[in-house]
Amino acid sequence: MTAAPAPEVVLEARGITKRFPGVIANEHVSLKLQRGEVLALLGENGAGKTTLMNILYGMYHQDAGEVLVRGQAVRISGPSDSISRGIGMVHQHFMLVPVFTVAENIILGAETGNGPFLDLSVARRQIRELSQRYNLDVDPDAYVKDLSVGQQQRVEIIKALYRKADILILDEPTAVLTPQETQELFAIIRSLTSQGASVIFITHKLKEVLAIADRIMVLRRGRVVGETTPQAASERSLAEMMVGRSVMLEVEKQEANPGATVLAIERLVVDDDRGQQVVNGLSLEVRAGEILGVAGVQGNGQTELVEAITGLRAARSGRVLINGHDLTNASPRRVSETGSAHVPEDRQEDGLVLTYSVADNLVLNRYYVAPFARGVVRDEHAIMQHAEELIDRYDVRTPSVLTPVSALSGGNKQKVIIARELSREVRLLIAAQPTRGIDVGSIEFIHQQIIAERDRGAAVLLVSAELDEIMALSDRIAVMYHGQIVATMPAAGASREELGLLMAGARPAAPAVSEAV
Amino acid sequence: MQMTSSVARPSAARIPWLSLGVWGALAILVLIAYARAPQATTAVLTSTIRQSTPIILGAMAGIMCERSGVINIGIEGMMLIAAFLGYLANVWTGNLLLATAGALLVGGAVGAFHALMSITLKVDQIIAGTVINILAVGFTGYFYQQGLTTRGKLAPIDIAPLSSIPIIGPVFFNNPPITYASLVLIVVIHVLLFRTAWGLRTRAVGEHPAAADTVGIAVNRVRYINVIIGGMLAGLAGGFLTLEAVGSFERNMTNGRGFVSLAVMIFGKWTPFGAWGGSLLFGFANAMQSQIQFLQNQLPPWLAWVSQTPPQFIGMLPYLLTIAVLAGFVGRARPPAAIGKVYEKE
Ligand SMILES: Nc1ncnc2c1ncn2[C@@H]1O[C@H](COP(=O)(O)OP(=O)(O)O)[C@@H](O)[C@H]1O
Ligand SMILES: [Mg+2]
Repeated sequence: MTAAPAPEVVLEARGITKRFPGVIANEHVSLKLQRGEVLALLGENGAGKTTLMNILYGMYHQDAGEVLVRGQAVRISGPSDSISRGIGMVHQHFMLVPVFTVAENIILGAETGNGPFLDLSVARRQIRELSQRYNLDVDPDAYVKDLSVGQQQRVEIIKALYRKADILILDEPTAVLTPQETQELFAIIRSLTSQGASVIFITHKLKEVLAIADRIMVLRRGRVVGETTPQAASERSLAEMMVGRSVMLEVEKQEANPGATVLAIERLVVDDDRGQQVVNGLSLEVRAGEILGVAGVQGNGQTELVEAITGLRAARSGRVLINGHDLTNASPRRVSETGSAHVPEDRQEDGLVLTYSVADNLVLNRYYVAPFARGVVRDEHAIMQHAEELIDRYDVRTPSVLTPVSALSGGNKQKVIIARELSREVRLLIAAQPTRGIDVGSIEFIHQQIIAERDRGAAVLLVSAELDEIMALSDRIAVMYHGQIVATMPAAGASREELGLLMAGARPAAPAVSEAV
Repeated sequence: MQMTSSVARPSAARIPWLSLGVWGALAILVLIAYARAPQATTAVLTSTIRQSTPIILGAMAGIMCERSGVINIGIEGMMLIAAFLGYLANVWTGNLLLATAGALLVGGAVGAFHALMSITLKVDQIIAGTVINILAVGFTGYFYQQGLTTRGKLAPIDIAPLSSIPIIGPVFFNNPPITYASLVLIVVIHVLLFRTAWGLRTRAVGEHPAAADTVGIAVNRVRYINVIIGGMLAGLAGGFLTLEAVGSFERNMTNGRGFVSLAVMIFGKWTPFGAWGGSLLFGFANAMQSQIQFLQNQLPPWLAWVSQTPPQFIGMLPYLLTIAVLAGFVGRARPPAAIGKVYEKE
């Protein structure tokens, strides 16, 4: 190789515009990807990152603009066009068939065999070669449903490499990974780029961008708002570009002042939908005036734990005590009437009735009592007035209180839930993934509300897969792994590395994590 | 019980020891029965195969549709229309082969209609199937004329040396063509689904259409083709009724077989061999009930009460069996994950 050759642009988008009913997801977006680099695409949820990538991959068609692959304008009318041009994409939600084996998933659509008959042996050999070359360890004959999320992601990467992709799009690949798995993914990405591949890495996490990117592009509300490099940027400057104003990266809060125990869980055992025991004799306590953060990789029983506490799922054994009353397997209404507020993990399914108006959603937990009901008759006037008051107090952006809640953005939907749950006296707040998938402005607001509840004396159980959120809000941190709390520690002394190891199942080093209440 | 989780998945069958055991035990029972009453046993077994033929064909029609993610409760109607038009083709042309081809084509056409409604027009798939069932009853009832005559029906073909094997010979090697075809099709559909690229794509489309789409598979095209193949199989089942079993058409002659097929499909966990087992069970119950009615006055004294039972009750037996089987199995069977859902990209 002679002196530095001009960087070769392998993929280019020019002036891409894409509209969905009511939103412009991409507005005149241009982007260039050079050979061998990692281009990070940073943006809040809803900024249009996935839409742009789906256009490059041929899942969507742009309304305007063009795509160039290795300098040639191309029309990508479907994924088969992009695949044949060497573009591979690992989607935000994995595109794997759970009941197929790894090998079957990888060859799907690019089958090998004799005539119409499948022959997996060639594929298995190629998969093993790829695994070795890029350090992607997977068993070709394992069923995908039995794999961890991290392993499934490797299958997705091999799937792209098997199709000879040298332009790889990774859409929010770290959202589901532990910090250690993220490090492993970074190593894989580096080995890919060192062997000539080019990578577009999508995320909304600032630390990751600075760690892995060669160049950074920031997208806000469908537009490119800036381009920079990790050397020239800081977390703060990136956050400001992403949100469009200065943001607080740290949450401000006072020392906790814990009081009596409000929530006590004793040796709780809960099954999941398939009858597998996923909460395995778990015990924990939350006191008035403190936030207990439950950290853990998704799928370690957090969902089932919260459902069992709030009465949405029957516990097999063990006890749930709220203010000293036994509420094991009580109905959700009884739990709610003890002054427990619940911000559920899945706001679309469990938090809201999407087709109901904002006003009706705001009284879902109290529609049957005065002042919202007189006997069996609803008091529309009281309901409307209540709604007007709450959308004002909680800054819910909605055209009217009669708008169906389905028409609101994610952040505003979540604010409706927060408003409903917190606009009464709350002694216990159970918040599961309270800021998943919403904009930074709403995140700040919701964090402030959670801390305000604590300061008012409520006990808060916070379950979140975002380690940063747990570390920012909690007074104590409990790490959940395989349905048990494997360690509890004061938030003040906790480090990301230690939490990450515990989340991945490493046994705690005995003295450092002893209960500090 | 430790088998339930593996049993519940509609994946390619591993070696099914449990069902092999059951069939082994049944084979021994058959041998004992044959030793005591050879003629009746052979008659029951032969009739079991005949009765099970439209059921397994209908079940495979269901399997092809549902494995690709399209619910088809219109199999009953597809069978009925194909039975009727196949019969008319026989009346007009007098050529049984042509008539059979006609039944196949009609089934395929009704399948295409179902695909059009459920895939392109995004009609709820249960409603689309119901439309077909209702149309079939109305259409065949309206155009049916009495007194049409044909020159016969498909005759058994004796496969010479094999048919003289005791028990097995007359049961398996002296059948009319559609029955042979259905036996061959069980193997063909099994291989198609679990050993070919097409089958892998079909199952992917039924489990996770977005995943199939992202690797460049045209989801709706795969669904159309499979639903049309399914319609042809249901058409062949209809052809069996008018061209091979009875030789003429009667109003509503499918008599719920399309629905039994669906039950059998679930019983067989969406696999051709599993469904065949279910069809044989249904066929056997049917064969038994006709034998019982046939032998009414020759029954041994301890079975005398049977001859006093109204024949309607004995006729119910196969359907009761279907209900019992479904009540015992439906909960455990897991249908393809994307079944009944329209695939939309944007
Ligand atoms: N299939 C779709 N139909 C309608 N609107 C969509 C669709 N996909 C995305 N959007 C909208 O487009 C915008 C950008 O979404 P997306 O590209 O998913 O953002 P990101 O990946 O950056 O979080 C959002 O407002 C979203 O609601
Ligand atoms: Mg996205």
